[in-house]
Amino acid sequence: MQRIEALRILYPDIENDIVVTIMGAVAAEVYSLGHRKNFFYLQHAMGLASSMGLGLALSKPDKRVIVMDGDGSLLMNLGALSTLAWYAPKNLIHVVFDNQSLLSVGGFPTATAAGSDLAGIAQKSGYREAATVRSVEDFARAWRAARERLELSMIVAKVEAAGPKSFLMDLPLLENRFQFQRWLKEE
Amino acid sequence: MPVSVENSRIVYNGLKRSGVKIVSALPETWLVHLINMAEEDPDTTLVRLTREEEAIGISAGAHLAGVRSALLMQNHGFLAAINPIVSLAFLYKIPLLMLISYRGHMGERDPWQTQGGRFTEPVLKALDIPYDHLTNRMDVERQISEAQTLAESSLTPVALLLSRQLMWEA
Repeated sequence: MQRIEALRILYPDIENDIVVTIMGAVAAEVYSLGHRKNFFYLQHAMGLASSMGLGLALSKPDKRVIVMDGDGSLLMNLGALSTLAWYAPKNLIHVVFDNQSLLSVGGFPTATAAGSDLAGIAQKSGYREAATVRSVEDFARAWRAARERLELSMIVAKVEAAGPKSFLMDLPLLENRFQFQRWLKEE
Repeated sequence: MPVSVENSRIVYNGLKRSGVKIVSALPETWLVHLINMAEEDPDTTLVRLTREEEAIGISAGAHLAGVRSALLMQNHGFLAAINPIVSLAFLYKIPLLMLISYRGHMGERDPWQTQGGRFTEPVLKALDIPYDHLTNRMDVERQISEAQTLAESSLTPVALLLSRQLMWEA
């Protein structure tokens, strides 16, 4: 499955959700589908998208929070899974695009290439539900189920190690930050 | 345990009066009462961390969503959180109210705490993080309120160093 195929499935559903993505291919591809004021692209601070998601989910319990993570980022902050599972915000869905590599910095393999099972780690950390999917159909099913469940859920989407043609985003990071904050204020 | 309950209460009340709703923390001896107070307070969400780096992300999310938060950490935890302070809080202009227990300074008996004590202030200075020492209980509430005000007006992290004098009973 291509990452962009999975993103196309969830994109129409997240119009009013709080969305936090990691940097690199995930940010560029979400942006390429059409930027919205409710999307925050965490450029840098690898590993902290999920922690930001927790802060947002606790602060806005009536809004849905979608964290779009990657295997490399998540592996840098595995303890965050235990913290998230402890507080288990019902309004948070954690989507992890696992291409088993650090794509934008040379394509070196991550530990998931050697068998580390992120959904397994999440489940044993206490996530109410964590599934690994390998096809677009399974991703769509898992995504719908996660939205209906209303429990802290993770979907690990195994995707090809391929990025977008361009990583260019015409959105200075501070503009994104203040626009996102203003949107949250008005919600 | 000779950590001052009374002075911990003064610090905690200062956080409350500054409108702090989320407190993230990793346990350490001097912070025990503060953490318990946050835990017992139904109006405060205490987030127990596995590592201090997470706290920077949590506070960033809370700030953007309009909720005030504070970080309770040992100085070694502050040192562990330097990268996200730089690459999230500085980069994205996120205010942080960091209460840091100043271990390893004058009077420290635990050998393992002593190295962190040497580098706490030099690192705060190197990062140009405004900081103050909490030593006199009479000043604590005002200092917390002023630190909070500066953090939000400058959109930058600020630190308050919890001193032995304040936190430890002789």
